[in-house]
Amino acid sequence: MSEELKESVVTDVLVDPVSGFAPGARPFASRLSAESVSLGYAGRPVSEALDVRIPDGGFTVIVGPNACGKSTLLRALSRLLEPTSGSVLLDGKSISSYGAKEVARRLGLLPQTSIAPDGITVADLVARGRYPHQKLLRQWSEADEAAVVQALEATNVEGLSGRLVDELSGGQRQRVWVAMVLAQQTPLLLLDEPTTFLDIAHQIELLELFRRLNGEGNTLVAVLHDLNHACRYATHLIAMKDGAVVAEGRPADVVTAELVEHVFGLPCLVIDDPVSHTPLVIPLGS
Amino acid sequence: MTSLDQALPLEKATSVDFGRRTIAIRRFGGRVSLRLDVRTLVVTAVLLTAALALAVVALGLGEFSVAVPDVVSALLGQSSGAVHMVVVEWRLPRVLLALLLGAAMGVSGAIFQSLTRNALGSPDVIGFNTGAYTGALVVILLMGGGYFAVSAGALVGGLVTAALVYVFAYKKGIQGFRLIIAGIAVSAMLASVNTWLILKASLEQAMSAAVWGAGSLNKITWDQVLPVMIVFGALLVVLSFYGRRLGLLEMGDDAARALGVRLEGSRLVLAVVGVALTAMVTAAAGPIAFVSLAAPQLARRLTRSASVGLVPSAAMGAFLLVASDIAAQNLFAPTQLPVGVVTVSIGGCYLVWLLAREVKRQ
Repeated sequence: MSEELKESVVTDVLVDPVSGFAPGARPFASRLSAESVSLGYAGRPVSEALDVRIPDGGFTVIVGPNACGKSTLLRALSRLLEPTSGSVLLDGKSISSYGAKEVARRLGLLPQTSIAPDGITVADLVARGRYPHQKLLRQWSEADEAAVVQALEATNVEGLSGRLVDELSGGQRQRVWVAMVLAQQTPLLLLDEPTTFLDIAHQIELLELFRRLNGEGNTLVAVLHDLNHACRYATHLIAMKDGAVVAEGRPADVVTAELVEHVFGLPCLVIDDPVSHTPLVIPLGS
Repeated sequence: MTSLDQALPLEKATSVDFGRRTIAIRRFGGRVSLRLDVRTLVVTAVLLTAALALAVVALGLGEFSVAVPDVVSALLGQSSGAVHMVVVEWRLPRVLLALLLGAAMGVSGAIFQSLTRNALGSPDVIGFNTGAYTGALVVILLMGGGYFAVSAGALVGGLVTAALVYVFAYKKGIQGFRLIIAGIAVSAMLASVNTWLILKASLEQAMSAAVWGAGSLNKITWDQVLPVMIVFGALLVVLSFYGRRLGLLEMGDDAARALGVRLEGSRLVLAVVGVALTAMVTAAAGPIAFVSLAAPQLARRLTRSASVGLVPSAAMGAFLLVASDIAAQNLFAPTQLPVGVVTVSIGGCYLVWLLAREVKRQ
């Protein structure tokens, strides 16, 4: 892609035609943000001087091709990865200045891979999400119990609570993990590729659950692979390529054929989704 | 389990269905609360009772046998003379140490099996005991021995081995499987060093080295009990703060960190406590094998729980070691076997059973 086209794509996308503001600078409240962070693993830089703000009360979805740094960004936002420079701010303070349990009371994360111990029951696993709220002598308060009940109900797995996690289907198991994160009762929820390995029906079911949680006031951030799911469910989209944010804003404002071709190298048509009236990406093929 | 309802002073059952009978205990206006699994509670209580009952029996057994009621009154300080001498002065330190060391091995095994997420990840498999033996051998052969010198040698040998295994297994943090493989390799090398050391020794030295190397509670006196109680107590205090993190670490590094567990710090503290527990046992009684391997898994199967629990493992370890020590003293009386010989036999049976189960499963 030529510099000129890249420039035009970026301008097209970043300037909001209504407000005239670039959405990145649009005044929205943000409890969680990355300020000029550089990220990488053991001498392999992934992102340089990245600025990202997560809008409060939104459902932010990060998309981009494989190895574009989207999961790395999510890991940094959830303090699993220490930035090599810059800082991640949580409620105005550097996230690394908080105690480990304090962060876990404000921000929940569903990691890409977790291990359910052999023979653990659903409720037992979900109850482990209460750890950041517990103390040496206060290991199972009324609030703990209420939070677990609520999390089981919200994810619609209360009927499974006595079952072994090993015996569940993939879709059920993923909802149980979401319940564990919900039991943490954090206003911020970060989800790293939550729908991967699920069939289409279970993907939609889970995304509907996320939308409902978002509607109940939670701020969600998810890394998703499927662009059309992102367009349909996100209230705020962040498109990444080669470790940099290429575009961000409402999917309807951001997703164009040019952007998709620029980010994914995929020629496509963007039409109106007849159901949700969000952008629908149709690949053209070769 | 319905009869249990009447038997137990039941607290409120949880409103969440855990798939197992679970009770919540809340006291002092909610400042103290606990969630207990009833099956785990019962199994632990039964194991502890059995261990204590065996301990009382053990106190009465021997050349000078004492009836159980007399043992009890001796323990309560109501007897004097010969019975008091035999029960309290001679036998009690040994039986008490069997209980304490057995519990310590159970806990140590549970910590390592949980950290490595592997039923084979116990300190005796990953080379600690062999290294402790090497340290003890060096002291016995080069410096002539003595109980505390040998203990110190074993301690140093075990800790150096643990550090070596850690260094060999380290690759961007510690992974359970690498730790086990590195441990087995280091253990095999040290075993050949040990054999070489014994071959070079005089017959007398080799005999005493071999007895120490099997792990034995013979010749235990009160002098050895007190240090163990202090060290064990201190380690248990640390564990009460860190033990609960084991269950979270089992869910994977990211999940544990996301829930607010500081990963490397927690792992280091837990591993150091596990090593220190084994070091304490080895220093006091030599490398008693297989209790730390078998106790947590046996307890886990009895409680049918997802994770290896520290408390049930401790109860199981205490029970196993007391039972083994009774067998060691009385099977071929008047000849006393080192207790390590019995635990190795029990451990062998356990491994055969485990293998048979795995084969059947496939």
